Amino acid sequence: MVWAAIAVTAFGCYAMKLLGLSVPAAVLERPLVRRVAALVPIAALAALIALQTFADGHTLALDARAAGLAAAVVALLLRAPFLVVVAAAVVVTAAVRALTG
Amino acid sequence: MIPTPVETDHPARPRGAVIRDALGVGVTVGLSGFAFGVTSTGSGMTIAQTCALSLLVFTGASQFALVGALGAGGAPLAAAAGALLLGVRNTFYGLRLSQLLGLPGAARPFAAHWVIDETSAVALAQPDRRSARLGFTVTGASLYAGWNLTTLLGALGASALGDPAAWGLDAAGPAVFLALLAPMIRPGDVRRRQEPAVAALAVLAALACVPFLPQGVPVLVAVLAAPAVLALSRLRHLTTGGRAARRRDEGEI
Repeated sequence: MVWAAIAVTAFGCYAMKLLGLSVPAAVLERPLVRRVAALVPIAALAALIALQTFADGHTLALDARAAGLAAAVVALLLRAPFLVVVAAAVVVTAAVRALTG
Repeated sequence: MIPTPVETDHPARPRGAVIRDALGVGVTVGLSGFAFGVTSTGSGMTIAQTCALSLLVFTGASQFALVGALGAGGAPLAAAAGALLLGVRNTFYGLRLSQLLGLPGAARPFAAHWVIDETSAVALAQPDRRSARLGFTVTGASLYAGWNLTTLLGALGASALGDPAAWGLDAAGPAVFLALLAPMIRPGDVRRRQEPAVAALAVLAALACVPFLPQGVPVLVAVLAAPAVLALSRLRHLTTGGRAARRRDEGEI
């Protein structure tokens, strides 16, 4: 079933890329369509951040991951490069977990 | 993760400058495949599944979303749907690139696989078609090679690490999403008040759904925040007669 999910994602992502290169611009360049398309990734990313940081199964939890996310926010505010932002989150999460074990 | 656009002042850029910019983006971002390889195997994917994702999906946010949802026990189709939602933006990059690159029909199926944040940012920053084609190709080739190589290294390295949670690797996914989200929001910009509203509503909706819905479904509900905020602000403009504001909201991406 994991392979099925990979196949669907791979096919779908490729199809969406090819669609953009292939359709006449007028079809998708309507202002409302563009606006929704710009906002959908924002909603999805924000939701994924919250879910992967605060959800633990079917309950909400405030644990070491929240500290890691806070570290990533600080790194972003300091205009750190992409890999440093990710590393800050990982290192702080591991440190908090080790300390509170 | 759209990088800072390169300079566009020059009417025709020397090939060396285009290649340098493209390699700079391609190589640095290509290295972050390592984070994906580690996260993916840490979420329970095999090394083959991890490498297949980077080879065949090749759009980072969707890959992180899929392995995060599957690792949390989400149903495969719900996990795939969440990943696909993040791939929508590549369609709109493709629209812009199609005019700029002027690709012949036979080249499109090959170029399509490389239509992602970084290649679009580099190509769209070029002042002429020749530079745009060169920038797209060099960024795409270096990023594809780097992303897949470091995915493999990360996957191999992670299996030697043992428990991924002890190393804090479950925090990599949210950090990646945050780095992608930050440039899209720009909270200080008064002309873009819908973006922070959509993000905030999506967070609330997703967390509110966690106790009641199966894994992977809350993100699909949260995406409705986008049309909801658009509908609400149109309604407000209609009732207050703010036509200029409505035109502005619709006209910008």
